[in-house]
Amino acid sequence: MIVETGHFALVLALALAIAQAILPFAGARLRDASLMSVARPTALAQFGLVALAYGALTYAHVVSDFSLVNVIENSHSLKPMVYKVSGVWGNHEGSMLLWVLVLSFFGALTAVFSGAMPDRLRADTLAVQGLIGAAFVAFILFTSNPFARVADPPWQGRDLNPILQDPGLAIHPPLLYLGYVGFSIVFSFAAAALIGGRIDAAWARFVRPWTLAAWIFLTLGIAMGSYWAYYTLGWGGFWFWDPVENASLMPWLAGTALLHSAAVMEKREALKVWTIFLSILAFSLSLLGTFLVRSGVLTSVHAFASDPARGVFILAILTVFIGGALALFALRASALPTGGLFAPISREGALVVNNLLLTVCCATVVIGTLYPLALEALTGEKISVGAPFFDTVLIPIALPLIFSMPIGQLLAWKRGDLLGALQRLRAAFAAGVVAIAIFAALHGAPFLSVICAGLAIYLVVGAFSDIAMRAAPRGAPLRSIVSRARGLPLSAWGASIAHAGVGLTLLGLAATGWGVEQIVAMKPGVAYDVGPYRIAIEDVASRAGPNYAETYAVMAVREGDATLARMEPAKRFYQARRMARTEAGIVTLGLGQVYAALGEQHEDGTIDARLYYKPLVLLIWLGAVVMALGGACSLADRRLRIGVAARARVTTHAQAAE
Amino acid sequence: MTRKGKRLVLIGGALAALALAVGLVLFALRDNIVFFYTPSELAQKQLAPGARLRIGGLVKEGAVTRGDGRNVAFVVTDRTSDLRVAYTGLLPDLFREGQGVVVDGTLAPDGVFRADSVLAKHDERYMPRDVADALKKQGVWKGDGTEAKQ
Repeated sequence: MIVETGHFALVLALALAIAQAILPFAGARLRDASLMSVARPTALAQFGLVALAYGALTYAHVVSDFSLVNVIENSHSLKPMVYKVSGVWGNHEGSMLLWVLVLSFFGALTAVFSGAMPDRLRADTLAVQGLIGAAFVAFILFTSNPFARVADPPWQGRDLNPILQDPGLAIHPPLLYLGYVGFSIVFSFAAAALIGGRIDAAWARFVRPWTLAAWIFLTLGIAMGSYWAYYTLGWGGFWFWDPVENASLMPWLAGTALLHSAAVMEKREALKVWTIFLSILAFSLSLLGTFLVRSGVLTSVHAFASDPARGVFILAILTVFIGGALALFALRASALPTGGLFAPISREGALVVNNLLLTVCCATVVIGTLYPLALEALTGEKISVGAPFFDTVLIPIALPLIFSMPIGQLLAWKRGDLLGALQRLRAAFAAGVVAIAIFAALHGAPFLSVICAGLAIYLVVGAFSDIAMRAAPRGAPLRSIVSRARGLPLSAWGASIAHAGVGLTLLGLAATGWGVEQIVAMKPGVAYDVGPYRIAIEDVASRAGPNYAETYAVMAVREGDATLARMEPAKRFYQARRMARTEAGIVTLGLGQVYAALGEQHEDGTIDARLYYKPLVLLIWLGAVVMALGGACSLADRRLRIGVAARARVTTHAQAAE
Repeated sequence: MTRKGKRLVLIGGALAALALAVGLVLFALRDNIVFFYTPSELAQKQLAPGARLRIGGLVKEGAVTRGDGRNVAFVVTDRTSDLRVAYTGLLPDLFREGQGVVVDGTLAPDGVFRADSVLAKHDERYMPRDVADALKKQGVWKGDGTEAKQ
């Protein structure tokens, strides 16, 4: 009954989404306030209904209702509860339902937080959001119904793919979807602006918080996915240039460009058309990613099942929305008021450089991802485009981009002083050069790692140069520095922190060049050198988990004679699917990690193992967390909270009175 | 700077970035892509040894031999042609006789494929799509993606 309620709620959500797409849009054309006012309640109700449907599916998974095909195929009564709940999105149907849940969530948020927006802009935005919702709910209902029943339910389910039975599953997809799908709001805003033919700095101020929020989640989602792949796949890699990973990187690059161009639009009313274009692009790339992952065009761990009907349906959605938005753009962009031009050496100019390089990066990732598909469709030749391609193309574009980041921060709006900016970066340049010298002396080769590490240090120091100059002018007393630093706008802090995060990630990436990888046949009791540490197997044993059995080795990580830590890499065997999975043993020492993955056990007692020493590897993901922190800082800036500003001022007074 | 000058700088910058990207992409596509073949395609192609390739197929039953150390020799087949593969290193969890694998490496002059990575995919239902296509063409395809549906 609960399941049928969920199914019915989803059907109702489709009807409401269609209403939300048509009525407010018609209201905005007819200037009918009552029609336009339909948008907010329908958006809220749609979210409520999708949440109900989602709750019903979760309930079915939690109580192991094996009369549902979805539960049979992806659950098992012995599966731990956390994977019963997160397993809801560990399959095609459920993950599409999560997709729609997030989509309607953003629609509802917009409905709530759009009090200050012009009525017509709000009506059009929510109408477009409703249209996207309708398309995807229809996709679920017609091709991927999670509520399908079977006539005679089996006693037991087939269990979730073991590779997905991991805490990462509970975190990675929701974060990624909040990012991916969060761009839908920005897309809807852009479409609404094109339909209404009005665009100004206020529009940019409405859009920026949504862009920032989506970007923060996407950053965290990508980082989480990367860390998950790193510790779960057992080869110590953290990014494989898999098309599915690229699918999340493309909107991230476009979204990062959008963040920066929206800043120009907000401050200087320039780059308007370009910002609109990027808003469309970011979500279009999210849709492209959804298509690549969900259509079965690609085979990967993310493509749970493939069914040609689904591929065609998503392709149709993709064509309608991307094609429609671009057609709208082509028709209406020339009618938009053009923004002003500006001097090349200025903050705006630097942000244009940022945008050019980021979009070029994005374009090359798109090419590298789609080229194999296109080539196969056209010639039948099958190729794979992997790390060598992306390294060759992206490094020469990314390095100048990174080099110019602190410089851009120091250029003033309208007319910047390049020489002055470079002079103010003296400390950063010095830090970078010293870092290069130190890293070269410590590690030597590879050359690229040393250069990148120096660049990373330069970026981290340079990111805070602006803040330092503004907070601590020459000769300022200490107390005034603190109060000045606190008085700086949060968005300035946000930019600096996010840029420093990029620096930290770069340092982590550079340090991969100094890692050590060993494949050894380990004899128990014998210690093997891995970088500065020695690793020895102390014991090998077996044990049973809730729905698996595992063989594990107790390994000691030693430095000299002292044992620093122990880790237990294991090989698990999941009975339900008859699948094995390697569980890596990881010990974190400072910012580096020692990583071990077991291979085969031989008759003479030796065990094959991959042993890695990865210096500074945690920085790769910590940097992303710092980037997200910077984004959150910017998001908290009062400037972005239109309408809230007045209330915020009252609270400050109240605090002062306490 | 005049309005025209500013516009020229903007357009020039955009074109330069674009040119840089196109150049890099073309350069990288020439050298850094790897072709994927099934053993029978490879047999037809008569390629010169040394080129980087990716071969997908099934691990032939009864043809896996483990040498000293971590040397492994096995045969990848698509039921029409066989390819001998030599590999040194750890085999993935799902490497089993009769299972689909993708090997990356180069063809040595003696006709043995020297693999430097062996991938067995994460799901046992998974088979490299190209191999599945090849098997379907030959009519020896056993399962298909809908087997999970009841």
